[in-house]
Amino acid sequence: MKDEIDNRDERVANLKGLGCSRKRVEDARFTQGKGNYVDDIKLDGMLFGDFVRSPYAHARIKSIDTAAAMEVPGVLAVLTAADLEPLGLHWMPTLAGDKQMVLADGKVLFQGQEVAFVVAEDRFAAADGIELVEVEYEELPVIVDPFESLKSDVVLREDLDPKAPGAHGPRKHPNHIFTWEAGDKAPTEEVIANAEVVATESMYYHRTHPCPLETCGCVASMDKVNGKLTLWGTFQAPHAIRTVVSLISGIEEHNIRVISPDIGGGFGNKVGAYPGYVCSVVASIVTGKPVKWIEDRMDNLMTTAFARDYHMTGKISATKEGKITALHCHVTADHGGFDACADPTKFPAGFMNICTGSYDIPTAYLEVDGVYTNKAPGGVSYRCSFRVTEAVYFIERMIEVLAIELNMDAAELRRINFIKKEQFPYKAALGWEYDSGDYHTAWDKALKAVDYDGLRAEQAQRVADFKAGKTRKLMGIGLSFFTEIVGAGPVKNCDILGLGMFDSCEIRIHPTGSAIARLGTISQGQGHATTFAQILASEIGLPADSITIEEGDTDTAPYGLGTYGSRSTPVAGAATAMAGRKIRAKAQMIAAYLLEVHDNDVEFDVDRFVVKGAPERFKTMKEIAFAAYNQAIPGLEPGLEAVSYYDPPNMTYPFGAYVCVMDIDVDTGVPDIRRFYALDDCGTRINPMIIEGQIHGGLTEALAVALGQEIAYDDMGNVKTGTLMDFFLPTAWEVPNYETDFTVTPSPHHPIGAKGVGESPHVGGVPCFSNAVQDAFRPFGNRHTNMPHDHWRIWRTANELGLHD
Amino acid sequence: MIPASFEYYRPKDMAGVIAILQEHGDEARVLAGGHSLIPMMKLRMAEVPHLIDMQDVGGLSDIEIGPDRVRIGAMVTQSDLIDDAALAKVAPILREAALQIADPQVRYMGTVGGNVANGDPGNDMPGLMQCLDATFVLIGPDGERAVAARDFYEAAYMTAREDEEVLTAVTIPLPKGGYAYEKQKRKIGDYATAAAAVQISKDQNGCSAASIAMTNLSDTPIFSEAAGAALVGTSVDDAALKAAVAAMLNDIDPTEDNRGPIAFKKYVAGVILRRAIERAWSRA
Repeated sequence: MKDEIDNRDERVANLKGLGCSRKRVEDARFTQGKGNYVDDIKLDGMLFGDFVRSPYAHARIKSIDTAAAMEVPGVLAVLTAADLEPLGLHWMPTLAGDKQMVLADGKVLFQGQEVAFVVAEDRFAAADGIELVEVEYEELPVIVDPFESLKSDVVLREDLDPKAPGAHGPRKHPNHIFTWEAGDKAPTEEVIANAEVVATESMYYHRTHPCPLETCGCVASMDKVNGKLTLWGTFQAPHAIRTVVSLISGIEEHNIRVISPDIGGGFGNKVGAYPGYVCSVVASIVTGKPVKWIEDRMDNLMTTAFARDYHMTGKISATKEGKITALHCHVTADHGGFDACADPTKFPAGFMNICTGSYDIPTAYLEVDGVYTNKAPGGVSYRCSFRVTEAVYFIERMIEVLAIELNMDAAELRRINFIKKEQFPYKAALGWEYDSGDYHTAWDKALKAVDYDGLRAEQAQRVADFKAGKTRKLMGIGLSFFTEIVGAGPVKNCDILGLGMFDSCEIRIHPTGSAIARLGTISQGQGHATTFAQILASEIGLPADSITIEEGDTDTAPYGLGTYGSRSTPVAGAATAMAGRKIRAKAQMIAAYLLEVHDNDVEFDVDRFVVKGAPERFKTMKEIAFAAYNQAIPGLEPGLEAVSYYDPPNMTYPFGAYVCVMDIDVDTGVPDIRRFYALDDCGTRINPMIIEGQIHGGLTEALAVALGQEIAYDDMGNVKTGTLMDFFLPTAWEVPNYETDFTVTPSPHHPIGAKGVGESPHVGGVPCFSNAVQDAFRPFGNRHTNMPHDHWRIWRTANELGLHD
Repeated sequence: MIPASFEYYRPKDMAGVIAILQEHGDEARVLAGGHSLIPMMKLRMAEVPHLIDMQDVGGLSDIEIGPDRVRIGAMVTQSDLIDDAALAKVAPILREAALQIADPQVRYMGTVGGNVANGDPGNDMPGLMQCLDATFVLIGPDGERAVAARDFYEAAYMTAREDEEVLTAVTIPLPKGGYAYEKQKRKIGDYATAAAAVQISKDQNGCSAASIAMTNLSDTPIFSEAAGAALVGTSVDDAALKAAVAAMLNDIDPTEDNRGPIAFKKYVAGVILRRAIERAWSRA
């Protein structure tokens, strides 16, 4: 008995709770090929649907002839907009308050747009059928540039009243979607006009794509006998999809069951609703059979939600000593043919207004203009909270440009402008209230770890050697300090389609002391089944290995808004802790009853309640669980269950300090990443191993975006990067060794102090890689060049700076 | 990404292969490793109603090292090339080049025969074989014939192979001197932005022979006789390197693509060739 009291460390270790690098429970099935993804779902009589897609970026549809396709053996139906119109399903609402064609209604607005849906007995017959659908197009002028779009007489969206306001207010032009503002315009302009130093720069954050390993898809199965629709799919937000399906189909929500099975990566690409979902549901209703739709890689890259495509112009002012006084930012946002961004309703440019970054900038103004063009719709947060990569890239580039203007070291410029530890909670000029931070400590730790002064000395020597003809390689030191804003979010200001962005957890403790917890989120590789069990283990004193985490089935999981924007830990993780605390509160009453003392005379200790001052008198949580089901306790209902719906009081604000050291071959444009150091502060660390894995993944996607990954269009609106030959997806070969580090500054308002981390490395990584390239050329007069920094663009920079013969 | 339907054949011998080719002409194609043909069929860029799988046809997977020549069967994979220690000794450039093709998974499947016969200007082996003055062995209804690698390529995907012929082997005179295969690419698995194959010999007077071929800088591989000639008789100094690069640039005709514009490709071609020559010369 005494051993059992004294071995507290062992009892803590047995729980595998917070702070434990517990191995991922998901990996047994993933590493053995036993995952269950949507394409693994096979139902009796299941049909397969696939799209006829537009080869043109802008064209009128004169006619569609499906006769030849219908002759293909195995082809059962070809749906067009004309078939969907009587059901009112030829258009669907987008998450951004716009509407989008499900199947081309008279015209197409981007290459790859869905024109007809061929339903066949298998995917091979569907592919043959697609070839034989004859569509007659009349080509229209193509607009791929948003600035040109705002001047053009060509109206892209003929379905909209050009004079009528959009979902986010007045529109300036038929191709204009919205103007969104934050901050104070006049005071900002006044400060800048009178400033000692002003740096101005324009930058384009190119269009790219999240490119998850698994593409999007679904299986729709309408049971005509009981009227129930089951929809399996790659949904990052299954409950929201259920509500959307109900709203657009008219099927009552209780008759719809949405299931997200295992998902092979999302990164924002799987948040929105796609025409494939609607067509599959309709096809299942029409045929009475289950219908599967699975994208191929080209479909995914060319037509599902892209990311970025922000043209940003900034002005930043400072004193001669480098104290920043104001920031002005204008964005022209290319949204493609429909506004299908996945942002909270009140934020059509996401959280772009975090663009004052980690700095104490007293005055700021942001204006974003959304524009239609002949490109695919989307605009999702690719491994970032809503538009935060754009914001952080913008400010981290503006800092570098200001450092050039001031002829100052960029690390020092950051240091003298950081928000100070004692200023938290800090109210930023563009509206957000940062919860906690200690930027100076993190920055000093990072610079010391990489021997920053030593690196600068080495770089100076390299420049001298280069000028003396001793080397053709330059050295770049990339710096970035980022503040993320994650955990959307407080219902008072965050909703999607009117659904508040709370999240949820429901726990059932079984009599023998194990448990199941269900959440409104859905893992796409983040390891929720591992980490949420750890949160609970520490809260309720049962081992993580005895806790099953289940997500993704709307019939069983409590309502939640899903997983994206690093919101799972800040919101659902908080709900999990709060539900655990409800369990613990009831457990305390049960323990007190069993120990025959007053409720307040027992206290929680790791895995048990003990009588205060008498540690030998205790009841373990396992014992309490059994008692909950076999004792008639006066005043208490039997059972041990809890549910919590958590509406966070604020966002959380993870931050980090990154340094990249890069050698650049001036003659070939080939960069070689010598070193990458990443310090992350995500508050309380739940599973350090998973955090490290997240950081490696996010940095690799950052490397991709900074150094080559783009969705490029030609002037005719043709996608030039529609396969993985040209769309850059780095392999182990291209990826450097990452050094990870951390500080811990807990969130003061989160129940366990955690902040979310999945997207930080991407947010901080992109500017860090980009700054390294730009820094290499700074001694030769470079100020700014746009990403992606692929070989030829780096070569072009060197060429334009006169570094070639 | 699903090919149009096709007939699949798996003959046991070459006579069976040729019989099918005779029957279907250009509607039939042979399949070796499949890493060029199958993606094109999936994209429906190549329509192949009759696909002849070569894997049951024996006798095409040997590497034979003779006194004067190396003979490599058409079904030898890139991985086989890399693993053959004896071959690495007599013709090390083959291993150096094969290691720069795609990734290990592709190299386990991709074959030398498929790589040289397909006529894809992005493939590395055609340029390498031109550098080495290889000969391709073709078999058809009228028996065998040999075609020099330097005469084989007519345009992208157009070669001297007749529709009824199969490329069965590559033979290479034992290379002499120093070697280098230098390739710039955007990532593992990519075709070259520019690649150079160089084989170079020296005697007491300096460079005695040099052979240079370039990859993915025209619609065929480019054997630049003039570039090699610019080095012969020199000490491979800066002036000779410049002359060789200038001669090569005169022979290539790159086009703009996602790797970059023409000016960039030409510049990089020059840099890559210079590096290849320097490395080969250091080994000569």
